[in-house]
Amino acid sequence: MGNRLAWIGLIIICILAGTALLAPFLAPYDPLAIDLPGELEGPRAGHPLGQDKLGRDILSQIIYGSRVSLLVGLVVVGISLAIGVSLGALAGYFGGVLDTILMRLVDILLAFPGILLAIALAGILGPSLNNIILALCVLGWVGYARLVRGQVLAEKNREYVLAAKALGGSHPRIIVRHILPNVFAPVIVEATFGLAGVILAESSLSFLGLGPQDVPTWGKLLNEGAQYLLFAPHVATFPGMAIMLTVLGFNLLGDGLRNRWDVKRSA
Amino acid sequence: MERMKPSNNVLLKVEGLRKYFPVRRGFFQRVIGWIKAVDDVDLEVYQGKTLGLVGESGCGKSTIGRLILKLLEPDEGRIIYQGREISSVSQDEMKPLRKEMQIIFQDPFGSLNPRMTVGQSIEEGLRTLGVKGHGERRTRVGDLLETVGIGPDVADFYPHEFSGGQRQRIGIARALSVEPSLIICDEPVSALDVSIQSQIINLLKDLQNKLGLSYLFISHDLTVVGYISDTVAVMYLGHIMEYAPADELFDNPLHPYTLALLSAIPTPDPDVRHEQKGLVGDVPSPFNPPPGCKFQGRCPLVEDRCRIEEIDVYRVHEEHTVRCWKVVKK
Repeated sequence: MGNRLAWIGLIIICILAGTALLAPFLAPYDPLAIDLPGELEGPRAGHPLGQDKLGRDILSQIIYGSRVSLLVGLVVVGISLAIGVSLGALAGYFGGVLDTILMRLVDILLAFPGILLAIALAGILGPSLNNIILALCVLGWVGYARLVRGQVLAEKNREYVLAAKALGGSHPRIIVRHILPNVFAPVIVEATFGLAGVILAESSLSFLGLGPQDVPTWGKLLNEGAQYLLFAPHVATFPGMAIMLTVLGFNLLGDGLRNRWDVKRSA
Repeated sequence: MERMKPSNNVLLKVEGLRKYFPVRRGFFQRVIGWIKAVDDVDLEVYQGKTLGLVGESGCGKSTIGRLILKLLEPDEGRIIYQGREISSVSQDEMKPLRKEMQIIFQDPFGSLNPRMTVGQSIEEGLRTLGVKGHGERRTRVGDLLETVGIGPDVADFYPHEFSGGQRQRIGIARALSVEPSLIICDEPVSALDVSIQSQIINLLKDLQNKLGLSYLFISHDLTVVGYISDTVAVMYLGHIMEYAPADELFDNPLHPYTLALLSAIPTPDPDVRHEQKGLVGDVPSPFNPPPGCKFQGRCPLVEDRCRIEEIDVYRVHEEHTVRCWKVVKK
């Protein structure tokens, strides 16, 4: 059962990725083309998800919006992983003062309410794609660093690591070739959930007007739609569903991976 | 090569080795005491010979192995390898010595990297040895696997595809990859079935004869140690209690702890009733032990003096020492 849900999650993600990649071919209209006579028109033939207050096609905007969501998700999680895995591995492997300093920094950063910090940062830096990515990375790496540190701590005294040391392996080689491949399963699971979280955070920031201004994003659509929720609910509903499905997809996949790897580790 | 010739040269000498682990408690991780894992240990391993190190679990025998390999830093004492003091060398200076000393672990499941093929694991040693070229290393991996009796064509399998005994052979092949002189065998057969145990022991003996290897053989099983060792050291709570050639130890055991261990060896004949000098109680916690002899709490010969003074090592004759004042004739 869990397996099937994970497959559903993977399929959702694949559809999303395909949509983002093929957006120019899939979108029936230019997502920014204004069509005033179609203002706030509901779903119908030609515009299956309706039009927004300027008559722009909502389906086309959602299709193009998937690019922003996916891009921000991948870049933020990628950067966070690079920082978090390196720092976490160093702290866990070498311990001592380095570990103490890094982990106290992590504690401090964890004490900030994440989304508020991101809002503040994006607000100060100004609304743009790069600044959103930056704002989300500032706290994004922290969780991975903690996770990897703990895993490395547990792994570094295993006998195969001692054997590698006894064979004369250098520290970098032992960390990269021996320890990290053995701690990647939980990190991948965490990163899958992380993608869902980042996409949600990006939508929240865009909803608050802190996202990129020149391209359609799901958060921005949601924000516009919220103003007409009573008499044109389709404007907010469909981007909302896109966000929900995407987050659901990553969470289902993450759950599936977690179950699968837990089983394998205990076998 | 010089290591082929059998001799009575001391390969490794350990003097006054100590390792205390701090016990920390509380919010500030204050040190509230010490566990004396290895306490004033002297050992000698001769070229081409086996020194057996026997003792109950938790007595510090594995710690000794790890100290010698510098996988742990000793607190005190000297480790002299081929006349060179190595207890204080840095990890970088230790690099060339990695080719000289290797280790085989107890757990055949934990000692091989689950995400590397066995060939890759063995290749790690060949890199240290400086074998250049992937093809050359692959050939050598095949040869090593052949040497330990598995056959060369399994290099691309992962550890979980092998049985415990086979994995132990792979661990031996990995240790041999750097062409060491000394191998520390840390309970290499304790996790294996009895039938497999003898195969591995015999493999180790064959390799010793063929390659002139020296072993420090760590085990809790006195029978196994007696079978493979030339000399035996009996360890209890960080101290070496008795140290003698294997024959001598079995024929003329002196320390009450050695006697207890010997009497605990099961006899295969159910009709033979042998005298049980069995021990009462468990190994006491090594954390802050009382002064005096470490064995006082379980010793049948205990007297007041044992509870007061630190007991010295007494030399019975040239090759036999014992840490007990009661059993030596004045």
